[in-house]
Amino acid sequence: MIKNILNLGDAALYCDFGSDVNQEINSNVINYFYHIKKLNLKGITNLTPSYNKLIISYDLNIHSFLSLKKKIENIEIKENNKLEKNLIEIPVCCDNNFALDIKRVENKLKLKSEIILEKFFSKNYFCYMTGFVAGMPFLGDLNQEMRLKRLETPRVKVPKGSVGITEQFCNIYTFETPGGWNILGNTPQNIFDTSNQSKPNIVNPGDTIKFYRITIDQYNEIKR
Amino acid sequence: MKSKGRNYFKILRAGINTTYQDLGRNNLYHIGIPFSGAMDKRNFQLLNSLLQNDYNSPVIEFAYQGPHLKYFGKDIFFCISGNVSFKIITKGGVIDGNSYQCYLLKNGDEVDIHSTNKSVYGYFSINGTFGVDYYWGSCSINTQAQIGPNNGNKFSKDLEIEIIDINNSFIKRKLDYLGSTIENIRVIKGTNYDYFSESSQNQFFKEGFKITKLSDRMGVRLEGPKIENIVDPNIKSEGLVKGVIQITSAGDPIIMLSDHGTIGGYPKIATVISADYDRLVQLTPGSNIKFKDVTLEDAETLYKLYQMETHNLISQIK
Repeated sequence: MIKNILNLGDAALYCDFGSDVNQEINSNVINYFYHIKKLNLKGITNLTPSYNKLIISYDLNIHSFLSLKKKIENIEIKENNKLEKNLIEIPVCCDNNFALDIKRVENKLKLKSEIILEKFFSKNYFCYMTGFVAGMPFLGDLNQEMRLKRLETPRVKVPKGSVGITEQFCNIYTFETPGGWNILGNTPQNIFDTSNQSKPNIVNPGDTIKFYRITIDQYNEIKR
Repeated sequence: MKSKGRNYFKILRAGINTTYQDLGRNNLYHIGIPFSGAMDKRNFQLLNSLLQNDYNSPVIEFAYQGPHLKYFGKDIFFCISGNVSFKIITKGGVIDGNSYQCYLLKNGDEVDIHSTNKSVYGYFSINGTFGVDYYWGSCSINTQAQIGPNNGNKFSKDLEIEIIDINNSFIKRKLDYLGSTIENIRVIKGTNYDYFSESSQNQFFKEGFKITKLSDRMGVRLEGPKIENIVDPNIKSEGLVKGVIQITSAGDPIIMLSDHGTIGGYPKIATVISADYDRLVQLTPGSNIKFKDVTLEDAETLYKLYQMETHNLISQIK
C-alpha cells in the first residue's frame, strides 16, 4: 500500500511505500506501477518505480495535484500485476582488463579475488528497478560480507557492459557513463537494445538475474 | 503537396550542440529514458506556429553557436526563434536576420547562425517537414543514450538535412516579441528539504548562485554557498523529474534538465516550477540565479498564466 502521497514539484506525485529496501516493498511498488500503466490514464506522462517510491509525472494542463492524488488513492489493487517473472542469464568476463576495481574490493572486503567472484556468481539477484541511464538494472541483494561503499571519486567514464557492486546492490552499465560502483567484470551482452522499440530492456523490474562467468575467448566470441 | 526533386540543407558548420527536437517522448522513465524534447517549449511552439506547421513538428535546436546551412532545392521559407544573431547569404548580398520573422530561401542561399544572445537555446525550422526517423514516437535526439535520428548524435559538418515536404500555400508571417526574462526562479520546497540545516535553508533562498560551465541538456550545476546536509548525503535512489534541484555530497546544487538521468540518490532541496522552466534553461553560464519559494497552488496558477501568455503570443502572429 502507498503510505503517503506528496508532490514532487508541481507536476508529479511522490508516492511513498516506506523507507526500507526489500523485495516485499519493491514488489508492491512494481504492482502499482503495472496497474497504473494498464489503466492508461490520460495526462500521465511518466511512471518511475524505484526501491520504495513511485513517481507519477503528469500533464499540468490535464491534472492538478489534488485531483490526481485522489484518483491514485482510490485505486484498489487485488491481483498481482507483474505479468512475467523471468530468469535471465547474463555472461560476465572477469578478465583483468574488465575487473577494474577487483584490487580495491579485495582490500576493502579482506577477501581473495577468487572468493569474491565465487560468492558473486553463486547467487541470483532480484531486479528492483531500471533507470538512471537507459536500461540500467539495479539488482540485489549481495551477501553481507560482499558489501562495500562506492568509489571515493567516481569514474568520469565507466565502460559499457561493466558489472559493478555497491552496498547491497549490483548493476550493469548499459551505456558508457560516469559512475562510482566497484567494477568486477564486463558483459558482452547488449542489455539495452535501442532498435527493439517494443522491448528494449533485457532486464525488467521483478526479474531474476543469474550471472555466469565466461573466459575472454568466450567474451570475444559473443561480442563478434 | 509533395514537391518534385530533392530539397535539403548541407551543414557547412554544425555549431556546438545542434540536434533535432520535438515535444519529446513520454512514459519511458521506468526504463531509463527521459522526456528530452525542445528545452525551451515556448520558443518551440512559437516557431511551429509562425511556420504554420503541426504543433509537434521537428525543429533544429542549437546552443550558443548555431549551424551554418546551405540550401539546395525549390523556394522555401525558414524562421528562427529565440534571441539569435544570424545572417542570410544570397546572391544579392548578405543581410542580418531577425528572430520570429520568416525569410525566403532560394537554391544556393545560406543561413549562418552566429550565436544566441544572452541566452542558450535557439530554434530553426522551415515551412515544411524535415525527413527524420521516430524513436518511441519522437524525433528528439538524446546524445547521452544515443537515441534518435542521426544515430542519436548531434549534427556534424557535411551532414545533409532532408526536407520531405514543403507547404506551398504558406504565407510569410511574423511576431513582434523580445523574449521573456525573469528575475527569480520560483521553486517548491523538495521532499528532502529537512535534510539541510536551517541556516543553509535560509541561504538557499537569500543568497544567489552562479551557473557554472558544467551545464548541458542533462543538467545545470550551480556554485555558491555550500548547502549543509545534517541528515545523510545520500538517499535510497529514486525517480527524478526535470527541474528537481539535488544537493551533491559536496554541498552544491544540480538542477535536472530535459535529458537528465531518470534515477538519483542525492537529496532534493526543491523543484523549479513548470512556469519558469523555459526561462531557467536559457540562463547562461556565469549568470546569477536566485530562488524564490512559492506554494503548490501558486505554481499551478502561474503555469496556467504562462500558458495563456504563450497562446496570446501565438494569436499575435501576423
